[in-house]
Amino acid sequence: MAPLTAHALRKSYGGREVIAGIDLELRPGECFGLLGPNGAGKTTTFRLCLGLTDPDSGAISMFGLPVPRAAREARARVGVVPQIDNLDPDFTVRENLLVYGRYFGMSDARIAERVPALLEFAGLASRAGDNIKALSGGMKRRLTLARALINDPALIFLDEPTTGLDPQARHLIWERLRQLLAQGKTIFLTTHFMDEAERLCHRLAIMDRGRVIAGGSPRELIGAHIEPQVVEVFGDGAEAWVNAHGASLCERCEKTGDTTFCYARNIGPLLQDLEARPELRYLHRPANLEDVFLRLTGRDLRD
Amino acid sequence: MSSITKHFALPRLSWRFIHVWRRNAMVWRKLAIPSMLGNLADPMLYMLGFGYGLGRMLPDVFGTSYIAFLAAGMVCSSTMMSASFEAMYSGFSRMHVQRTWDAIMNAPVTLDDVLIAEAVWAASKSLLSGIAVLVVATALGLAQSWLALWALPVVFLTGLAFGSLGLIVTALSPSYDFFMYYFTLFITPMMLLCGVFFPADQLPQALQHAAAFLPLTHAVALVRPLMNDTVPPGLATHLSVLLLYAMAAFHVALALTRRRLLV
Repeated sequence: MAPLTAHALRKSYGGREVIAGIDLELRPGECFGLLGPNGAGKTTTFRLCLGLTDPDSGAISMFGLPVPRAAREARARVGVVPQIDNLDPDFTVRENLLVYGRYFGMSDARIAERVPALLEFAGLASRAGDNIKALSGGMKRRLTLARALINDPALIFLDEPTTGLDPQARHLIWERLRQLLAQGKTIFLTTHFMDEAERLCHRLAIMDRGRVIAGGSPRELIGAHIEPQVVEVFGDGAEAWVNAHGASLCERCEKTGDTTFCYARNIGPLLQDLEARPELRYLHRPANLEDVFLRLTGRDLRD
Repeated sequence: MSSITKHFALPRLSWRFIHVWRRNAMVWRKLAIPSMLGNLADPMLYMLGFGYGLGRMLPDVFGTSYIAFLAAGMVCSSTMMSASFEAMYSGFSRMHVQRTWDAIMNAPVTLDDVLIAEAVWAASKSLLSGIAVLVVATALGLAQSWLALWALPVVFLTGLAFGSLGLIVTALSPSYDFFMYYFTLFITPMMLLCGVFFPADQLPQALQHAAAFLPLTHAVALVRPLMNDTVPPGLATHLSVLLLYAMAAFHVALALTRRRLLV
């Protein structure tokens, strides 16, 4: 059974439609990513799926249970890592897990049984008695992840799981998420980090202005929406060169600030031309998800 | 269904609220002694200061010493204060600052459960302050009858009413500063109009009529006779008013909190 399906979801606030007809279907054991700029509707989609707000229309089902009607039963089988840290600051690491397990109706004995393995998983085994205030940002996020696993959920929601973390902490979270996937858990995450999505997600939906504007595996999305080779040209003289030569040597070019992105299937001629111009600085790389994302959602700032 | 009728839908409660109550109790236990002392200090200062200081100059009030008269008022006002503080300052911390409620609602616990847990927790804390003041009053020989124990359920019900009223303010509040309005406009007048320090019938007629609608009046009208070994006259009326306040305020608080959080 699909862990989560959503059909034709719509939600407006004060006449502004923030979710404008969304369809989603998660497959068991996959990591499904929701990508989008700020305000695209990612967090609202999460809240709808968890039954924390009612859709204006559409249908949601988690493990076959209708949401929001049976949201409480559905949430019993789900773990959530929220975007904003909401661990209990008055409690120690262990007490946070104990108190959270009780909300699931678990007995103290059953929780105590699960806590050591969860602390181990979170790399916090030696910090069980520490106060939350003594933990670093990365530790807090790992504890929040451990807390979300207290009920041994089949499906885990992660809202921007690595926002605000340093690179070491991010890599550790990614490794733990891969472990969870290896255990057969289904992961549903939102992110605006393209490398995160490319590394972790089997399938993605790119959202913008309340709609899913593209979907598929990271590779499919890159193949379908963007030329495979990119050359970024920047610095003095770049603009003049693009206008005079570059634009005719690639299939498409986009300018952002002082950098021009040249996209092509056959990038050889453009590179040859650039090699003869030592005054220009450039970077040649394969196209990635960020190129797709910027192409689909535009390069304008979203606030 | 329009959003107003949706927000005002009847509460759907479950026993999971117990776990939220236990969470708050677990935090309280860590700070129990300073918290109890804090709860006691204010009513004690009033009781001893006014009771002995002012009481010496006064004749008996309704056949008891002024300090015994005041002790009953202090049980009620400290109940009101403690429930209000818990529902507002502490409740707001949990709802808005720490986002504890958000975390809880990601588990199979609903906002309705969270809010009833908060109201019952506020009442529980006010019961503790009520007990503390009652114990001191008894030790001072100001409550000498077993009937005084019946003041405890009244204290709990009063705490439920003020806890729920406080949750309404919390649901509307943008920040901690907002609570000051409620204290100035609602709590302080009640301290003065509802018979805590002096019999309400000393007030002008119009103020007496106004006071009759305030919840603290009814708490005082129940607790004072009970502490003076008398079954309160108008028992059913006073209890009904407090119960009505608790239920109506809880329903309004729930609707407003749903509007604030479940969007």
